[in-house]
Amino acid sequence: MDSKKPSRRRFLKSGAAVAGLAAVQSASGQTATPEAHPAKSLQDLIAYGERSRFVSSIRVPVVERPSPDAFGLTFHVLSPLQDSAGIITPSSLHFVGTHRGSIVPDIDPKEHRLMIHGMVDRPLEFTMEELRRFPSVSRIHFIECLGNHSKPEYKTVQETHGLTSCSEWTGVPLSVLLKEVGVQKGAAWVVAEGSEEVKGAGSIRLAKAMDDVLVAYGQNGEALRPQQGFPLRLVVPGFEGIYNTKWLRRIKVVDRYYMTYNDYGHISNDPKVAALTFRWGPKSVITFPSGGQQLPSPGFYQITGLAWSGGGAVRRVEVSTDGGLTWKDAEIRGAVHPMAHTRFGMSWEWKGQECVLQSRCTDELGDVQPTRAQVAKFFNVAPDYYKTHGVQGSDNTIQPWRVASDGSVHNAIV
Amino acid sequence: MEASTMRLFKLLLPVAIVGLSHAGWAQSPTYGLGRTPSAEEIRAWDIAISPSGKELPPGSGTAKEGAQLYAQKCAACHGANGSGGKAPTLIRSKSPSTNSGPCLAPCVREGNVMATHSPYATTIWDYINRGMPFLQEGTLKPNEVYALTAFLLYKNDVIREDDVIDAPSLPQIKMPNRDGYALPEWKHGMPRAFPSKP
Repeated sequence: MDSKKPSRRRFLKSGAAVAGLAAVQSASGQTATPEAHPAKSLQDLIAYGERSRFVSSIRVPVVERPSPDAFGLTFHVLSPLQDSAGIITPSSLHFVGTHRGSIVPDIDPKEHRLMIHGMVDRPLEFTMEELRRFPSVSRIHFIECLGNHSKPEYKTVQETHGLTSCSEWTGVPLSVLLKEVGVQKGAAWVVAEGSEEVKGAGSIRLAKAMDDVLVAYGQNGEALRPQQGFPLRLVVPGFEGIYNTKWLRRIKVVDRYYMTYNDYGHISNDPKVAALTFRWGPKSVITFPSGGQQLPSPGFYQITGLAWSGGGAVRRVEVSTDGGLTWKDAEIRGAVHPMAHTRFGMSWEWKGQECVLQSRCTDELGDVQPTRAQVAKFFNVAPDYYKTHGVQGSDNTIQPWRVASDGSVHNAIV
Repeated sequence: MEASTMRLFKLLLPVAIVGLSHAGWAQSPTYGLGRTPSAEEIRAWDIAISPSGKELPPGSGTAKEGAQLYAQKCAACHGANGSGGKAPTLIRSKSPSTNSGPCLAPCVREGNVMATHSPYATTIWDYINRGMPFLQEGTLKPNEVYALTAFLLYKNDVIREDDVIDAPSLPQIKMPNRDGYALPEWKHGMPRAFPSKP
């Protein structure tokens, strides 16, 4: 076998798929080879297309922890939001998050089963083929990891915000399956469990499970990617990423919070923190111009970015070009879906002076994205507390970018 | 007499039909897909442990048995004394930690080890049973999981060395951080706790 040709199977088994892809990318970036795709035959490219070799957008591991880590495990990998167009994250660039670091399982969908049991009238087990015979829905939702915290030392929007991504998910509403098994009186929670080596599992309130949770097998028009839970995952709209159980194999209907594997690391003894942890609030970030980018000269530009909320649809996005003194409504550019990335933009003339750009999202519940100073006040900590600490709960604070007079763009949170 | 019974029957008939059909809607499946797993199959997969302990299998273990298992199966990653390894600290040491390397999520350092941080002893049992040892997950037998749980609880001063831990006793263990977590309500369309107006 050609040693340059990455073996998908080997990557999956070694759990180092992400590192492998990154290595291939940087190697081809260094040597400007005349061949479009030296590692792929024409037959391969007819079968499954690739992007241009001039497009180099890639994921990178989180700043604090390499992937693969000391155990060879893939931990959290950041999506390149600075290069994003529209609202859909390409499946290949979707962020990756795993609880302790995980080995991506290599699952044969013919062998995969979903069992639903516990406080139900009829425990049932479904094959993938059977799940596809239920009425399906397709919905666009973001998934964002609780670890998506901006910090002053982070340079790019990939580092500050890259643990969120947005896909069209296709699958069966969990409520349909729960009605099929017949939920019994007294049930209040469900425990959803994966089939990877640690069988990662977490507890979700039954009210949410019956509301809008999807048992998804499709992502952006094809099967889920292995790093995203192939062949089956939970999509829990608006909730923090860890509830979106990947490689889903079991749902148990229960009477109480179970405090199982995935729950344990996400508990807080502070009710104020806990209340800001389960689901995401209104959030937005400017992706252009953003940290690490360069404006070539004064003149006309499009400020653009993404807004989203776990509370529903984005109702309004405002942009400030003067460090938050004044705000103007941005245009919503494209469709607005509940609990989905929403693209906004604004025409802007940069006159060559230093300025600070930021965006602010308001969702359909009327919740408004806060500044870090407002969050500090809410938690009764000093305004400079977040220089050395992460924002408590899920960080949905306003992200300022400073455009220097030379056109370079920098993270301006303090 | 007969006529009035008939009248009563006619009166109640629609009620009975509505009642029956409602029960039928609630109790019978709509699509008839899937198969019924056997009790055995459910038991084999039923590994999430309630704080009530109802899913715990038969078996038992003590800290002494756990000490041996720990040395064989855990020490290589977690350190011979439960700290200083590349995996999270499991036993509080008297001296401050020198471990400053990457910390696995949940990042657990001194003073925040699972035996003292977890509100329920069942969570520790569940965690070890499904997630350990690294690359041999799911191979520990129930007695071994009980013994390792007992060992960690003993080494962190939660239980005594000769306490026998089993399915009835594990959920009864009084954990130091029993009330140390908050569980927020969730309802569709509920605004966040954070003040919404800037």
